[in-house]
Amino acid sequence: MTNLGLDVLFKGSNFLRLLGGLWVAVRISLVSVAISIALGIPAGILMTSKKKGIRVIFRIYLEIVRIMPQMVLLFIVYFGTTRVFGWDLSAEASAIIVFVFWGCAEMGDLVRGALISIPKIQYESAAALGMDQMTSFRYVILPQTIRRLIPLSINLITRMIKTTSLVMMIGIVEVLKVGQQIIEANRKASPNAAFGVFAVVLLMYFLICWPVSRLAVYLEKRWA
Amino acid sequence: MKKKQVIAVLAAAAFGTTFLGAGSAFADEPFRTLDEIKESGTINIGVFSDKSPFGYVDENGEYQGYDVYLAERLGKDLGVEINYVSTEAASRIEYLQTGKVDIILANFTVTEERAEEVDFALPYMNVALGVVSPDDAVVESLDDLGEDDQVIVISGTTAETYLVKNYPEIRLQKYDAYAEAKTALENGNAAAWANDNTEVIAFAIENEGFTVGIPSLGSADTIAPAVTKGNETLLDWLNEEIVALGEEQFFHADYEATLLDTYGADYEDTLVVEGGAVGAAAETETE
Repeated sequence: MTNLGLDVLFKGSNFLRLLGGLWVAVRISLVSVAISIALGIPAGILMTSKKKGIRVIFRIYLEIVRIMPQMVLLFIVYFGTTRVFGWDLSAEASAIIVFVFWGCAEMGDLVRGALISIPKIQYESAAALGMDQMTSFRYVILPQTIRRLIPLSINLITRMIKTTSLVMMIGIVEVLKVGQQIIEANRKASPNAAFGVFAVVLLMYFLICWPVSRLAVYLEKRWA
Repeated sequence: MKKKQVIAVLAAAAFGTTFLGAGSAFADEPFRTLDEIKESGTINIGVFSDKSPFGYVDENGEYQGYDVYLAERLGKDLGVEINYVSTEAASRIEYLQTGKVDIILANFTVTEERAEEVDFALPYMNVALGVVSPDDAVVESLDDLGEDDQVIVISGTTAETYLVKNYPEIRLQKYDAYAEAKTALENGNAAAWANDNTEVIAFAIENEGFTVGIPSLGSADTIAPAVTKGNETLLDWLNEEIVALGEEQFFHADYEATLLDTYGADYEDTLVVEGGAVGAAAETETE
């Protein structure tokens, strides 16, 4: 066991510090996911708009999100807003803005995909039953869309959790950074600590993401 | 153009979200003066959190290291609490330019390019290149190398650039990673290994049978605290403080508390800069 350098995890409060770092990563992704879903649904509805102008605007937004590395976005929001507008956003608020900016676009695209996958006959049947556009949307289209959406959006959640490792660049100490700190602080005493510590960090990410992705599989089977 | 669009979209997004507490009044200068720092009772200091033994976090979650030892003293003498900000090498200048930290104490090497972006205070440590070689054939000067002797370097380091420029006749063995270079030297693939002197000194101390024949080579650079460009009150205070600390041999005490285990007592005077005076050259200048 000592060869793997696992002993460094139990020095002082190292293990608690790792868990604290994990909570930082999970907290940022949970808040971001919640806001992304809330904003992503209306965004997705607008993406299916009949007005070409609106579709083009959202298309550009989505492309920007996909092209720009998250790292660049983090620097623009954290440092850029201070330079240009003089705002002093906290690092965590900046991280959440970037993740929402990204999540809202991706979520919107998922909603758009789910909406257009609903067969036209559903709309027509609702209309034949005398429902107006709002009622048919609320009681027929939306429930089916959300079922198709849940498994897809859960994948987005796990991707977000993994991407939180970038926030160390703007000074947020999350689980991976704590891991690096522990390895460095013990570089002389346990040179092999890197393996053990990274293995534990990997396990932590896995323990968070695995149940989430199992849930996606379950829901997909149940509702497909 | 894309950057501008993104900023515009984000600006709108941030504006609408009140929970962010955005929109603190933009002061005319991005930095805080000495009096403003004292008044607030807290100083923000950017340090490395994973570069032992200069700036790292110990098993109790406390910041430690050569840079942090100085930071603690600065906080004490200013009479303020210290808020440590974990920085990465690539973001050190950004932190100062946006005033998100007051001082950077993160093993920050003084270079001309950086001095255009930030203001450096007096230095507190030397960095140079060093050359380590086996005990049975210590290389004490690069001119001693035979025609067939090779020197190990890590690609992309200042050691490589320096040797290619100044000793084009020396044959180099290039490796990408620290571990590969180390193994190559241990296997006797080359006569010597050139790298930052802190790295080769630490290597010679950790590995029996190797000696640093050339502890200081090339342009001698220094490590210094940095503040936001134009923050004169803080810069002046730092310079006075570093000179005053020199009188009590503070940086030697710092070395003995934080670097002695890694570099040993022999290199104390090679690495430490006391009172901001760099070696003999600086002394003659001041005279």
